Amino acid sequence: MSEVNEATVRAEVRAWLEANWDPELGLIEWRNRLAESGWGAPHWPSAWHGRDLPAGLVPVVEEEFKRIGAVGVAKAGIRVLAAATILTHGTDMQKEKFLRRSLTGEDTWCQLFSEPGSGSDVAGAVTRADLRGNHWVINGQKVWTTSAHKADWGLLLARTDWDKPKHAGLSYFILDMKQPGVTVHPLKQMNGHASFNQVFITDAVVPPEMLVGEVGQGWAVTTTTLMHERRGADGLRTWAQASDRPGRCYEEERAEIKTTMEPYKWYPQRAGRVDLIVQRAKQTGRFEDPVVRQEIAKVLIMSKAAEWTARRARAAQEQGRPQGPEGSLGKLASSYIARAAARVHTQVTGANALLTGEDSPMGGVIAEILVSVPATSIAGGTDEIQHNIIAERVLSMPKEPSVDTGKPFRDVPRNTVR
Amino acid sequence: MKFSFSGEQEEFRSNLRRLLADVSPPKEVRRLMETDAGWERDGWRKLNETLGLTALRIPEAYGGHGFGFGELGIVLEEMGRALLCAPYFATAVLATGAIINAGTEAQKQALLPDIALGETIATLACAEDDGLWEAAATTLMATPSGSGYRLDGHKSFVLDGHTADTIVVLARAPGSSGETGLSFFTVRGDASRLERRLLKTMDPTRKLARLAFSGVEAALLGEEGAAAAPFGRTIIEAAVCLANEMVGGAERLREDALAYAKMRMQFGRQIASFQSMKHTAADMLLDVELAKSAAYYAAAALDDGDADVAATASLAKACASDTYMQTAIHAIQIHGGIGFTWDNDTHLWFKRAKSSEVLFGDASYHREQMMRHWAA
Repeated sequence: MSEVNEATVRAEVRAWLEANWDPELGLIEWRNRLAESGWGAPHWPSAWHGRDLPAGLVPVVEEEFKRIGAVGVAKAGIRVLAAATILTHGTDMQKEKFLRRSLTGEDTWCQLFSEPGSGSDVAGAVTRADLRGNHWVINGQKVWTTSAHKADWGLLLARTDWDKPKHAGLSYFILDMKQPGVTVHPLKQMNGHASFNQVFITDAVVPPEMLVGEVGQGWAVTTTTLMHERRGADGLRTWAQASDRPGRCYEEERAEIKTTMEPYKWYPQRAGRVDLIVQRAKQTGRFEDPVVRQEIAKVLIMSKAAEWTARRARAAQEQGRPQGPEGSLGKLASSYIARAAARVHTQVTGANALLTGEDSPMGGVIAEILVSVPATSIAGGTDEIQHNIIAERVLSMPKEPSVDTGKPFRDVPRNTVR
Repeated sequence: MKFSFSGEQEEFRSNLRRLLADVSPPKEVRRLMETDAGWERDGWRKLNETLGLTALRIPEAYGGHGFGFGELGIVLEEMGRALLCAPYFATAVLATGAIINAGTEAQKQALLPDIALGETIATLACAEDDGLWEAAATTLMATPSGSGYRLDGHKSFVLDGHTADTIVVLARAPGSSGETGLSFFTVRGDASRLERRLLKTMDPTRKLARLAFSGVEAALLGEEGAAAAPFGRTIIEAAVCLANEMVGGAERLREDALAYAKMRMQFGRQIASFQSMKHTAADMLLDVELAKSAAYYAAAALDDGDADVAATASLAKACASDTYMQTAIHAIQIHGGIGFTWDNDTHLWFKRAKSSEVLFGDASYHREQMMRHWAA
């Protein structure tokens, strides 16, 4: 076999794209070609739509896609987490059924982990899965479920054994969302949007082959999903950008992105819109105020330093070197930056920060920043949990003594729902 | 822009770290900081020869190794970590920078080889009693005299100014003001009519001197009346280099405090197991890693000739100033009572954090500089 390096990979993917890319193909048809060739997910195993390419060479492939303008595989939404989890823990049947369709974007996924009684403490889930006859029967309530109303499948964490300690009694399932026992209600947030849902599950059914991993190993599988979720939240997540070029494939991708990104349309505001600060301060005249300038500078410094830290982490990864501590810090940094940015936007805006909607600056964007930023330090793991993770995993500090992990879960004090 | 160090750079760093841990343990820092000189010529010469440290960024044409600020940053970060007591910053960053940025070809040939060899200890005297590192604040007067010049006035906050063999001095022509009429001069450390007084510094590991000039003979360095630009460049380099030195010290404080928290038992458990300690430790890590990224980026920006380097340098210095001081405050807090004692080593780095915070302008000053350069 010839050596795989940047030059050979670039030549190979370029030749393949030149021979195959056609903007007039249907989106699904094109992505099926990507899945067959392995160029859609080149770091995946060659047995499953990939090419076993080292992670460090993936950017080369992405560059070539960009150069020719070719549409890539479906990357947005929970389907990426589903695919990563199934690749690691799934059966061949599950890989066969789901992986290709995750790349083509034919299936939509949601994540059914959080519950009203277990937020930070995800392993405290009380949604139950009971084996009745040949099927698992699911009962419980999930919350903060993005896209649940559109999802075909859900990644479900449920309790299968109440006599084991909490982490050992969990199992991980793939739940068919289109069934009578699953009801989805939108959850309205403090900023007026409803990007998430509550999912009520009453006697929903899961066939035995939709168990991921073994019974009782649900926590290990969940950890895989969460790890991939955090990795995506490091501040370098590429916002799905539709191309405005003509062609059937582009048109279909534009429609897909519009639907997928709908729940996330306020996310730029959630991050604090550091990009708007200087321009806004100049508009309002506060740029000349030395006190405000100091505060602006603090946000810009933190934001730049966090960006460079993320790039250090990525550079280490691309060189195949072990990631240093810089890789675990992005989420916490984003949260501090968002909060500081909201404070500065208020300083810069003055009395107009009293207003919202069309009465307020930029047609409501500034107001939306102020009421969206509190989500950043909570969603995807609160700042408190991030601090614990950094302290325990990166700095090897000992865990707090535990009061809930040594005994049967049924004896652990917990919230009473309703 | 490069966002990682090469294998050779990493190896250079780890060799240097090992060596500095050996030659500059806290006991040795304490011994040297109690001396007036603050460093010893024999020890420094030996260390410098072994690693070619003062030659590092001097171009090969002048007897140096021709490395860039990336490598210089590594050296300073490791020296900051070890709190090395040596005239390195004064010689290899300030004086070398001024000579490279301002000197004529002949002057570089004359001055740099001895610095590269470690024979000449040099420094830059720019700030005066008002403590401003800005060219326009210069009042020291240079009057033509025979074939040379005579300097009258004073300089203060001069790094290793009482021990340097050669002093680069920023002075102005009679009747000039602002950034015009400024020139660099070189003066011998033992020149007559130069009075050098060691200042009592809060950070005893960084010696500063006040220099009084009463008609001191001086030689012009570079073009007459054109020192403002090369001085500005030298201060930008100094800010970046100091930021790199500072993140080394901050990381050392962070690691020592963490190690202490894991060892210290209270209420029947390691204090590191308390969430209040963990959250502080995680924030310290975040702060230090962000400041490292900024310092590394600024060094790379100098090497790349980035047009925004003045803004980036101020960004890195502001970030390092806040981070080093905050890390020092946390480190003492984590140590508790013992951290406030003279015998515990934490205060050595705390004081270095304080002196670094202020040297070449504090965080507020550099935030304002950054805004002027960047967002104007």
